[in-house]
Amino acid sequence: MAISVDKPEVSRDLMQKAGYTFTFLSDPNTEVIRRYDLVHAGAGENGHDIARPAEFLVDTTGTVRWINLTENYWVRARPEDILDKAKLLP
Amino acid sequence: MQKRFNWPLWAGFLLTLVAAFSYFAFFVRFPVTRDFPWANLLLFLLAAVLLVAGVRRGFARDRARPKLSKAVAGILTTLSAVVFALFIFAIFIAARWLPASTGAPHVGQKVPEFTLSDANGRQVSLNQLLSEPIDGKAPKGVLLVFYRGWW
Repeated sequence: MAISVDKPEVSRDLMQKAGYTFTFLSDPNTEVIRRYDLVHAGAGENGHDIARPAEFLVDTTGTVRWINLTENYWVRARPEDILDKAKLLP
Repeated sequence: MQKRFNWPLWAGFLLTLVAAFSYFAFFVRFPVTRDFPWANLLLFLLAAVLLVAGVRRGFARDRARPKLSKAVAGILTTLSAVVFALFIFAIFIAARWLPASTGAPHVGQKVPEFTLSDANGRQVSLNQLLSEPIDGKAPKGVLLVFYRGWW
């Protein structure tokens, strides 16, 4: 599931263009992003606050099993690595 | 008298532009060329070789218009150096200016529950994603991907 400050319409466009079928959630006011301490202040278009890239693997009890906070936003977790980490889930 | 067009200089300059912009337009799509921009650095290297050849040609004594030839060589080489510097800055320096996020949930901790609107305007909660069956099977978990947006 993906979360960004993008409005639902923008996410819908992205999902259609890229063919993504997983859930995209919109957090335009960075409420959830703030609760997770992931706000990158002023880094968006026109100085908007956005989320820094981050990935959390969460089990059904809501407990974090794996986390990735990249140091460089061009470097992201690779799908195959994440699938490998998903084996950590009971 | 050397009148020929200084093609290595111009090719070097154009290749510098290609080396910079192809990262954002193309190489960023593939993790292998995105995580470290080696393909772009190779293009920059090739451009540098051409530029060196172009500068040598531009500063040769047999140019038809030596002043113009030297000026063009100087300007295009400087512009290329600026483009290269901006690329390095964007990829290796500015991209690392990220918040520390020390308050983000750690491994073993429970993540905060939330409800947000999905792409169709439907309210979706994390608990819902963690419990609602997918294709008749109970989910094993959820991957939360926070991304920058504004694409």
